[in-house]
Amino acid sequence: MNQSEHNKRQLVVIGNGMVGHRFLENLIDGGGLDKFNVVVFGEEPRAAYDRVHLSEFFSGKSADDLSVVKEGFYQQAGIELVLNRRIQQINRAEKTVIDTEGKVTPYDELVLATGSYPFVPPVPGHDRKNCFVYRTIEDLEALQACAAHCKVGTVIGGGLLGLEAAKALKDLGLETHVVEFAPRLMAVQVDDGGGRMLRRKIEQLGVSIHTSKNTQQIVDGEQAVHQMQFADGEQLETDLILFSAGIRPRDELARDSDIEIGERGGIVIDNQCRTSDRAIYAIGECALWQGKIFGLVAPGYQMAQVVADQLNETAQNEFAGADMSTKLKLMGVDVASIGDAHGQTKGALSYQFVDEEKEVYKRLVVSKSRKKLLGAVLIGDSDDYGSLLQMMLNDIRLPAEPAQLILPATNGEAPKGLGVAALPETAQICSCFNVSKGDLCQSVASGCQDLASLKADTSAGTGCGGCSALVKQVLDHELEQLGVEVKKDICEHFPHSRQELYHLIRVGEIKSFAEALNAHGGGHGCDICKPTIGSILASTWNDYVLDRNHAHLQDTNDYYLGNIQKDGTYSVVPRVPGGEITPDKLIVIGEVARDFNLYTKVTGGQRIDLFGARVHELPDIWKRLVDAGFETGHAYGKSMRTVKSCVGSTWCRYGVLDSVGMAITLETRYRGVRGPHKIKLAVSGCTRECAEAQSKDFGVIATEKGWNLYVCGNGGMKPRHGDLFATELNDEELIRTIDRTMMFYIRTGDRLQRTSVWMENLEGGLEYLREVILEDSLGLCEQLDEDMARLIANYECEWKRTIEDPEQLKRFRHFVNSDATDDNVVFVSERKQIRPALDEEKQQLIAIA
Amino acid sequence: MDTAKSKWITVCTQEDMVPYLGVCALVGNEQVAVFLVDEQFYAISNYDPFSRANVLSRGLVGDLKGELVVASPIYKQHFSLATGACLEDDSIHLAVYPVRMQDGLIQVSSESVAESKAA
Ligand code: SRM
Ligand SMILES: Cc1cc2nc3c(=O)[nH]c(=O)nc-3n(C[C@H](O)[C@H](O)[C@H](O)COP(=O)(O)OP(=O)(O)OC[C@H]3O[C@@H](n4cnc5c(N)ncnc54)[C@H](O)[C@@H]3O)c2cc1C
Ligand code: SF4
Ligand code: FES
Repeated sequence: MNQSEHNKRQLVVIGNGMVGHRFLENLIDGGGLDKFNVVVFGEEPRAAYDRVHLSEFFSGKSADDLSVVKEGFYQQAGIELVLNRRIQQINRAEKTVIDTEGKVTPYDELVLATGSYPFVPPVPGHDRKNCFVYRTIEDLEALQACAAHCKVGTVIGGGLLGLEAAKALKDLGLETHVVEFAPRLMAVQVDDGGGRMLRRKIEQLGVSIHTSKNTQQIVDGEQAVHQMQFADGEQLETDLILFSAGIRPRDELARDSDIEIGERGGIVIDNQCRTSDRAIYAIGECALWQGKIFGLVAPGYQMAQVVADQLNETAQNEFAGADMSTKLKLMGVDVASIGDAHGQTKGALSYQFVDEEKEVYKRLVVSKSRKKLLGAVLIGDSDDYGSLLQMMLNDIRLPAEPAQLILPATNGEAPKGLGVAALPETAQICSCFNVSKGDLCQSVASGCQDLASLKADTSAGTGCGGCSALVKQVLDHELEQLGVEVKKDICEHFPHSRQELYHLIRVGEIKSFAEALNAHGGGHGCDICKPTIGSILASTWNDYVLDRNHAHLQDTNDYYLGNIQKDGTYSVVPRVPGGEITPDKLIVIGEVARDFNLYTKVTGGQRIDLFGARVHELPDIWKRLVDAGFETGHAYGKSMRTVKSCVGSTWCRYGVLDSVGMAITLETRYRGVRGPHKIKLAVSGCTRECAEAQSKDFGVIATEKGWNLYVCGNGGMKPRHGDLFATELNDEELIRTIDRTMMFYIRTGDRLQRTSVWMENLEGGLEYLREVILEDSLGLCEQLDEDMARLIANYECEWKRTIEDPEQLKRFRHFVNSDATDDNVVFVSERKQIRPALDEEKQQLIAIA
Repeated sequence: MDTAKSKWITVCTQEDMVPYLGVCALVGNEQVAVFLVDEQFYAISNYDPFSRANVLSRGLVGDLKGELVVASPIYKQHFSLATGACLEDDSIHLAVYPVRMQDGLIQVSSESVAESKAA
């Protein structure tokens, strides 16, 4: 039986950040709402969001996207969430808290989850304008607004967060500097050698690094807003300053109410996360455990679980410290630090591997006995992070030659290190969500046999993402153990994925479906594999899709070169490159529509759609259009659709480049290119973005310094902002980058996978794509260029070819044995145009006839 | 019962048929979709009961678990070429028509056979 409301105890939570929110989820999971009324205070204007991925705000994630709160969570649970409200005092004697509005709220149990704040060193001038920190969505909004008027930005602090912030400044288009007090970057996590390699790599990306710099004051600049003056007499001019000099626990409430505080701050907690007051707990970044603050989210989550278990009386759980190993990609550079990276343990030995050409640095720290791994630093290649971390955490015995673990595998050798098979069931694979290998195996056994469902079931890999590769390895290994073949077959006729088929067709020079079926499949094919292979053949060889060999592979849309409508008629969409059209051509479209009595509508893709054409009318309609200089718009194909444009610099007072001209160039270049799904582009003349380029597969935005390219955006069912891929490109660079990326997508995308989903499933994501396309890490670019050149060279307008070929024209009739038309196609009039008759209307009309 | 020769209506020639590509024939007042697969002819109703449009001759032809089928071009349900049965909805059976080739001419019987509902 439920206890009645007033029998429940009152639980108050201060702070609605990542840890505070996780605590509530854990509390509810353990049935805590039967015992407690819960009130939560949050100072920020919004409920908990993913601070770990805060920077993605700049790559287009909205505050909503970043939210970690499931829709309706608080309402459904009946938890009172008071946002925009800070607690300013705890009255421990009366067991109440008082908020900034003066309202008093009583508690029986109190949880402090107040997080931390960015430390701003008190150098004179730190409070000048254009000075920021990097912690909340509001901070980022302010930063972004300011950056729009700035040229140079400087980050004070070369730690993990500082470098992440530097990347943000770079992406905002600023000349970027990092100023660090210590002699090297990321002093906490990496050693000297690692710091040097990291610096070299980051400098190559165009960020200037200034180490051993002690900022003494900030004053008015001569060329820029500020001048930073350093102890060594040097100066740096900058328009914007971002402080990232570490964090400090928000312990002020506890301090003011005489709860025990550590010498250097932090609310002291015991293994149960209790403070010196038994009724008050502290979790997350505000808590101090055995003299340590944990500035990562995973330890905070563990504390949340400990307190939830305590209050729910479900388990006697204790916080036992947490591993602070980290792996990240900073500005595209792999950086990982494990355990005792500095080799401070007594008697520790270390091994180093440096490859200056590939810019890889690795260091292994092992125990005196050489049996145990104590720590590691990996820069430039952190593939081994997962397995090394597991070795350390699980005390797995090192091989006789520990150095092997960081030496590159020479060709043909079996992969070194340890496989996931060696890990014990208890090994924690995902520290963000405390998921063990055993948990994963169980989930796989219960049916989660692909990465997506395994992640959804266990949450593993959905936090910082550091464990993703390992989760995948466990999955594959488990499937193998269970005797499940890892299947990605597109259908029953081909035991292959689209990507594999693409490869087989290309390498085997396969030119027809029959050949493909013979060589790699069985049966007759179906409506899944036929269009897929048709599309691959088209993407590879760009032959005429209605060749006798290919015609039966095409969906009706491709077969009749129009989109089928609900009544079996088709639509007609001529290409209007970039949306630019002459009055004469507009008139032709109008005349054709009038003469054939077609419903006419301007589409969402900046062109004109004519609906209600019967099969037999299509060739006549297209003859008129082709004669007037139109080409097919491929509105029917899984192919490049339109390149939307804004009017751009030619007319618009804000435009900085000729967006229409570029859109026409691109649309003409890629017309007829077929892929896994449709491909859309857009070009805007300035950052006002009237062409909505960031919602396209390829979006181009003009800047003063050249074109910025966004990739893998999507409108439609699941909108996705494109990711900023490359900046300040000239025309030639832009085209080359799009060529390669589009071709790489065509090669590797799955059937009916838009670029947005493709990107989300791409191992390594945006950075990986950058490596492949911009750095040619796979040595593939030349081939991609050739492939694209072949497609472009083989382009021809399918409609033009069709109307010139009497053989083709034969099939544009409804009946093979009669000139009659389909009497089931009936139109009525609405707003002075035709539309398909409804069933009732048809019956009436037929009754009248 | 199959003796009424007058029921056979010539709809086209062998050259008009391309393997896997359907054609639509007007047989009496009925629209019939005719297909050629592995040198065998099949004929079923052209009417797609899901979209209520006459479009099945324009569907993709293939096989599912060994059964030859055509997929509706509109909402993609599959219909057996041999029996007219819908694979996604067993309450739906399309009319099936006898079809044959004589002297290079394709002929469809105007008398459909209802799907074998165990006599
Ligand atoms: C005609 C048009 C609507 C209009 O009247 O404006 C349209 C019509 C259709 N859209 Fe669209 N879409 C049209 C612009 C869009 C846009 C806007 C744009 O391109 O700027 C979008 C969102 C942008 C995007 O794609 O990211 C859009 C997102 C979709 C989607 C969802 C795709 C997704 O990834 O979520 C589908 C379904 C699909 O492709 O699977 C779709 C599918 C369709 C189909 C093909 C559905 C179908 O199979 O019948 C419609 C038939 C087109 C026809 O008969 O010609 N249409 N469709 C627009 C044609 C533009 C053109 O000139 O080619
Ligand atoms: C840019 C960035 C990148 C990061 N990257 C990583 C990463 O890759 N991996 C990782 O593990 N960690 C990362 N972190 C750290 C991680 O975000 C924190 O460890 C985590 O957010 C801590 O959660 P918390 O709930 O303790 O604190 P917070 O998320 O800070 O939440 C505390 C909340 O309490 C509110 N509050 C404070 N005082 C009061 C009061 N008196 N009344 C009401 N409300 C109050 C605050 O406004 C805040 O909303 C990153 C942090 C940042 C800023
Ligand atoms: S995006 Fe810029 S250039 Fe293009 S129309 Fe809008 S304001 Fe003008
Ligand atoms: S360790 Fe962060 S998501 Fe798994």
